[in-house]
Amino acid sequence: MAFDRREFLKVSAGVAGATSLGALTGCASGPSAGGARPKVVIVGAGYGGATCARYLKMWEPNIEVTVIEPNDFFTSCPFSNTVLAGINNLSDISFTYDFVKKSADNWVKDMVTGIDTAARTVKTAGGNTFAYDRLVLAGGIELLFDKVKGYDAEAQKTIKHAWKAGADQTGVLRKQLEAMPDGGTFVMSVPMAPYRCPPGPYERACTVASYFKKAKPKSKIIVLDGNPDIASKKGLFLAAWKKHFGFGTDNSMIDYRPNNMPRSVDPAKMMVGTEFDDVKGDVINVVPPMQAATICAMAGVRKGMDGKEGPWCAIDYRSFESLHVKNVHILGDSTLTNFPKSGSVANNTAKMCASAIVEMVNGRDPDSAPVVTNTCYSATGMGTAFHVATVFRYQGEKKADDGKVTPASMVAQKGGGVSKEESELEFAYMESWAKNVWADTLGLPENFNYTVKG
Amino acid sequence: MKKSLAAGLLIAGALGVVVSAQADSRTRFMAANCAYCHGPDGKSRGAIPSLAGLEKGYFVEQMKAFRDNTRPSTVMSKHAQGYTDAEYEALGAWFASHK
Repeated sequence: MAFDRREFLKVSAGVAGATSLGALTGCASGPSAGGARPKVVIVGAGYGGATCARYLKMWEPNIEVTVIEPNDFFTSCPFSNTVLAGINNLSDISFTYDFVKKSADNWVKDMVTGIDTAARTVKTAGGNTFAYDRLVLAGGIELLFDKVKGYDAEAQKTIKHAWKAGADQTGVLRKQLEAMPDGGTFVMSVPMAPYRCPPGPYERACTVASYFKKAKPKSKIIVLDGNPDIASKKGLFLAAWKKHFGFGTDNSMIDYRPNNMPRSVDPAKMMVGTEFDDVKGDVINVVPPMQAATICAMAGVRKGMDGKEGPWCAIDYRSFESLHVKNVHILGDSTLTNFPKSGSVANNTAKMCASAIVEMVNGRDPDSAPVVTNTCYSATGMGTAFHVATVFRYQGEKKADDGKVTPASMVAQKGGGVSKEESELEFAYMESWAKNVWADTLGLPENFNYTVKG
Repeated sequence: MKKSLAAGLLIAGALGVVVSAQADSRTRFMAANCAYCHGPDGKSRGAIPSLAGLEKGYFVEQMKAFRDNTRPSTVMSKHAQGYTDAEYEALGAWFASHK
């Protein structure tokens, strides 16, 4: 929904009155209390940050929204496995920030280098300082290359993770797969859960296999999984691997190896080392272990429920505010939650956070029992897809008679689960999901010309 | 007496405003939750149906049919089972009034 200027002014004027009520109740937080506009600074414009900016401005135009994002445009991780398969190009899943920029009072192309949560300021590499009443950290993940021996800057030129989509990752890996001779071996890895996009690696095995089946049918895929078993949509992936790629037969294109965490890489020998053996590949794709984005550490919020250091950020589900640092909210993959780390969840919880911030700056309490959903599609690469869908409902902290405390959680409601089987219909839905979530995240207009192919 | 009654009414009125603002923002979020599949403001860009402008009674009936599996679905049965009848009503009213 695009605000035209006149509508915007009208709504702003209406809200100016409402703000004084917030100021009266003493709940307008921070240095701007006393009539000034509340300042929200959002770091990162992915599925979480961009969505949060849009909904904050839509629901409370009086908030002064600043977005700090280093990239010139948005590239989608969902659907990037179709780029590896040659179904889509990166340009089909890359989008302009021009529309969502209208939701920000200040859009800053820069990198955050420091956060002072006492002074409530954010510093950037470009030398600017931004004051905030509320800070929203939506930086996704930090990849821990040093946890894999030999995965240094030099090795990273040859070995790609492609777990943050873009030309240097997804684009290069696609070129490597194209250059690989028929009969070659593609070695890929699955990090230990929890990681960004639980079904993503198994979908990647599917889409790359679909490309090999068509273009280089003698080739093999070795999946080195750090987990003891397929971590997401197991039955559906196994069925797809069997149906399309001979899994379970002597002629399987996919060689799946659980409990095989990559411990080292050697780009000169094109080798991945696990606890058990060295695995040679013509193309190697290792996703290292990960944790919440570096900006979360800068703000001192990369802490678990107990307040000890990371990997993820414990939050209050009603507001996505850190459990440990006031006025700092964390979105998406950086958070410690029982949600899967999906684009859908980043998009939806960004709206939960925006809704809570709007209530709080107006001196009201956020929804005390929010309900939110996740729907996540995976493609087989063979024109079909399947999903997992869950409704989560807030349940507050519980104290048992013996004093044992069960922390607050979002409880998965009964009835959720996965598709019965893969289908072409679900691939059409997956494509529709992508167009709609991109529109919702980035404010793309109804007549936007998508080029993505489902 | 009269004065305190009037003051009481005023406070009740003010509380009413707060309560309804909260109810509205709760429904507003629940409706926004649907956007990632059904499109911003319930206006879909693809094969998934739009929700904007659906008649309220129709919306509520469909949610019940998804929940009871009398209308076959891929995803919607799972979502319908997670929401209450009162939430169907609130969402139905929301989408009926947002065309």
